[in-house]
Amino acid sequence: MNYISIFDVIGPEMIGPSSSHTAGAAAMALLARKLFAEDPVAVQFTLYGSFSKTYSGHGTDKALLGGVQGFEPNDVRIRDAFALADQSGLQYEFVIDEEGDGGHPNTADILLTAADGRQLFVRGWSIGGGKVKIVKIDNIEVDFTGEYSTLIVKQLDKPGVVAWLTSCLALQDVNIAFMRLFREAKGEIAYTIIESDEKIPADVLEALGAHKNVLATRLVQI
Amino acid sequence: MDFKNAKELLALCQEHNMKISEVMLARETALGEADEAAVLARLSGSLEIMKNAAHGPIANPVRSLGGLIGGEGKKITDAAAGGQVPILCGEPLTKAIAYAMAVLEVNGTMGLIVAAPTAGSAGVMPGVLIGTCEHYGFGDDKMLQGLLNGSALGYLLMRNASVSGAEAGCQAEVGAASAMAASALVELFGGTPEQCLSAASMAMSNLLGLACDPIAGLVEAPCQSRNAIGAANAFTCAQLALADVLHHIPFDEMAEAMYQVGCSLPVELRETALGGNAGTPTGCSLCGGCK
Repeated sequence: MNYISIFDVIGPEMIGPSSSHTAGAAAMALLARKLFAEDPVAVQFTLYGSFSKTYSGHGTDKALLGGVQGFEPNDVRIRDAFALADQSGLQYEFVIDEEGDGGHPNTADILLTAADGRQLFVRGWSIGGGKVKIVKIDNIEVDFTGEYSTLIVKQLDKPGVVAWLTSCLALQDVNIAFMRLFREAKGEIAYTIIESDEKIPADVLEALGAHKNVLATRLVQI
Repeated sequence: MDFKNAKELLALCQEHNMKISEVMLARETALGEADEAAVLARLSGSLEIMKNAAHGPIANPVRSLGGLIGGEGKKITDAAAGGQVPILCGEPLTKAIAYAMAVLEVNGTMGLIVAAPTAGSAGVMPGVLIGTCEHYGFGDDKMLQGLLNGSALGYLLMRNASVSGAEAGCQAEVGAASAMAASALVELFGGTPEQCLSAASMAMSNLLGLACDPIAGLVEAPCQSRNAIGAANAFTCAQLALADVLHHIPFDEMAEAMYQVGCSLPVELRETALGGNAGTPTGCSLCGGCK
């Protein structure tokens, strides 16, 4: 959204009590779940800053655990997130780190594990009003909000990959609002984050994956 | 159709002979992808959540997560209905106060609310609009009109000032909500856009400097009763504006003043739970947090 809408003022619709400590926590965990693209069997949360001190009175823990189970910030099931995780056999652990610095007062790290042992690490900031930023995926610093349709491409940092991405998107008539490249080191793993105002067609993922240096793709639709 | 400040909003109202609510709806359809019907349908969904949050705890009160609040909306409603206490505020405002506080109860129990503009100030707009419309027999169309009108003012405060308690204190949260509600009330009773803006400006002025000092850092107390005062302030300012008793300072200047006052508030009074109510001996004893 590139303007302040009626629904930014009268909204978000959310489970209380706090837009930053409850709705934002649920939103970042839901984004992590979408990036993971399957149900995790285990999850570890590390809470920093204000999150580490006030999580219990704001239900931050329930909101995070609800988010990784796929609940939106306005889903009343967040209240029962612990019981629902227990029922489905999702293992969870909360690490409260009052000393550590996540870069923002409201930071959580989310480490998801799949049945086959695959893991994904996501660091999120809750930046106010229920809005969030994902600032780290695995070891790589990234920056996106989930407010736009977002395409996340994991790739090798080699020549030609970005040109490949933009040409695939052009073929699908996708208008790019923002595009950024993040990498660990030259020639290593990199992430391209592409945000678009409109829905990005899901078939674009298949096309992108045909390139040998594209390792994985994820689509988070608004 | 777009506007960046109240002056431009007023010019649009005058140029097209439109109400503030109509300009805000036109702006939304111009800038977004949804048409009028879709915007109104979505806003109706928000209104339903607001109604449930306002009525729910009066039928079934529940204790908040932090334990500081619960049952206030029902107590106010029952006491007024049973004739045990005088209805000092009159029926519309008594309802508005009860509903505003009920919404904060829902918020405190991890229930579903609509931030308006924030979770901590989520009671003011539904309290004022639902309380008033029920008393006067107005339907949903009027409540939606009120939400549209108020959201124009809320948008301007988000754009040009702040609605964050951590940034600018409770004056930015309940103050903003109260300004939105005051303006909405004026439009619902036939006031002009100038009167709407004046009521909003006065509402901000009346709460200027209000600290954000949540006991134990929870969105419970004094947040809940501040929502009641935000509603009462909106009623008062609307009553004045409808009588054409106007505020001296235009809305845009008042928004800037509110932001400047917010920035000069000490950090203890900006959602850190260190000062004000939170910093009193009793406030501290209600909090287990400090070590």
